[in-house]
Amino acid sequence: MGISYRLHPIVFKAFTFIELPPKHYSPGTTPMALSTARLPQFPEIAKSAIEFTKRAAISSIAIAILLLIWQVLCSGKNPALPPPTKVITDTWELIVDPFFDNGGTDVGLFWQLLASLKRVALGFSLSAIVGIAAGVALGSSRLIYIAIDPVFQVLRTVPPLAWLPISLAAMKDNEPAAIFVIFITAIWPILINTAVGVQQVPQDYRNVARVLQLSKLEYFTNIILPSTVPYIFTGLKIGIGLSWLAIIAAEMLIGGVGIGFFIWDAWNSSLISEIIIALVYVGIVGLLLDRTIELIGKLVTSER
Amino acid sequence: MNSTLKTAITENPALSPQTSYLEIDQVSKIYQTQTGDYPVFQNVSLTVDEGEFICIIGHSGCGKSTLVGMVSGFTSPSQGEVRLQGEPIVQPGPDRMVVFQNYSLLPWKSAFENVFIAVNVAYPQLSKADKEKIVWEHLEMVGLTEAAQKKPGALSGGMKQRVAIARALSIRPKILVMDEPFGALDAITKEELQEELVKIWDEHQLTVLMITHDIDEALFLADRLVMMTNGPDEQIGEIMEIPFEHPRDRARIMEDPRYYELRNRALDFLYNRFAHDADDA
Repeated sequence: MGISYRLHPIVFKAFTFIELPPKHYSPGTTPMALSTARLPQFPEIAKSAIEFTKRAAISSIAIAILLLIWQVLCSGKNPALPPPTKVITDTWELIVDPFFDNGGTDVGLFWQLLASLKRVALGFSLSAIVGIAAGVALGSSRLIYIAIDPVFQVLRTVPPLAWLPISLAAMKDNEPAAIFVIFITAIWPILINTAVGVQQVPQDYRNVARVLQLSKLEYFTNIILPSTVPYIFTGLKIGIGLSWLAIIAAEMLIGGVGIGFFIWDAWNSSLISEIIIALVYVGIVGLLLDRTIELIGKLVTSER
Repeated sequence: MNSTLKTAITENPALSPQTSYLEIDQVSKIYQTQTGDYPVFQNVSLTVDEGEFICIIGHSGCGKSTLVGMVSGFTSPSQGEVRLQGEPIVQPGPDRMVVFQNYSLLPWKSAFENVFIAVNVAYPQLSKADKEKIVWEHLEMVGLTEAAQKKPGALSGGMKQRVAIARALSIRPKILVMDEPFGALDAITKEELQEELVKIWDEHQLTVLMITHDIDEALFLADRLVMMTNGPDEQIGEIMEIPFEHPRDRARIMEDPRYYELRNRALDFLYNRFAHDADDA
């Protein structure tokens, strides 16, 4: 039930309406009294729906106004950037058919995005596994933390692309080099947040573990891990955002199929409209990645 | 059970019997500060018999928690020794299970699971079914069978403390240590839990060491009330025998003239003889 109400308030309302009659319901209540007891729930469902529609309407109007401003600004003679109408007409074929495959790098936007997402999935998974494991180790030992923390604090500020040359030198190939850039970019927030989470385990829970004399393993699975999960997800959320930032930049340099190289390729061919449409897709995918991690995090921690 | 009256003051270790159940023997707690040593208390001794219910009362900051922490093993004495059945206490352990004021339940586990984790470590040799049976027995004891699958977040303060008590009792500790267990609860819930605790105590003859701020609570629950003087360097000022017979009934105790006599004596101790210095909170 914790899960369903996290999904959407309306779902939750509907759910409680079925499962949990109001407290003053008793078996002896007449149907009439029962329906009046339940009645106050209806306007609340409606209210949520109205609120949602209202928000959507306001956002749509705002976006329309922004597009209009853009249209006006870029509709002179030979504008530096195309107006939205021209972007749509120029890239109409890309929009309607994201699945074409003419071989080489001449493939639809779906395949370009998929290639980038695959690299991110691989690099990010590696950084999550290594980051969480190292974070737990780091958070558990004050000494190791003090010793290594300055190194991490320096490394985490290194911009993703600065890793690329050294990564290419080490990996000797484009594909693993790109994945390594993702890995090294995403790992720091995951590692540091996990370590902090482990350090922040409340004293109360530590006391319970001490008085029960839990073994190391029991302490880890019953106390450390569950109380660190929210911190881990904060790290993962920052990490996935950084991964997506890094892959676009890395792909511009390494080439091949991928939305980053698609943008670079479009720039080289002066196809500004294609760049703009790719940026929109990059933004939407980035947002979806962010929300996906957030949703998983909420599902995992909703049982509190 | 305290039919034989003991000497009220147990400051002198020579007066205490040789092998007591729990012995707090000449313990001191001294903190080193920049301005020199700060003694919380020095040379405090107390002996507790098996099956006795002891309440400790005193103003805030008088070292009650430190003293009780030495019994649970979270704090170690600077000098002296605390012994349970002759064995010196050096670290926390399930034989001295603690009920904390803030419940200390794991919020990601249901009431059932919170008790189960304790049973699971206390009885590693039992089968899962037997362990679960013990958990159910103790949830029933505190009246929580129906809320067993709820997480602490969905429970009221009183219910959370019931889970904590069930968790503590489920592993049959040699001594139950309670640090102001009902301090955060409203008056009605508090009375309910006191009644349940006294009932459980009557049925199971537990040894309990409990810190409280509440004189009425102490008079209702305890066999002996340990009253501590103000810090720094406080002492056990007086130990009061509470003679009401078990099973205890609140209404009957309240009618007993001795109740007011004892209550006035405790009040006098706390508010006249060792009144709390207002600047020293």
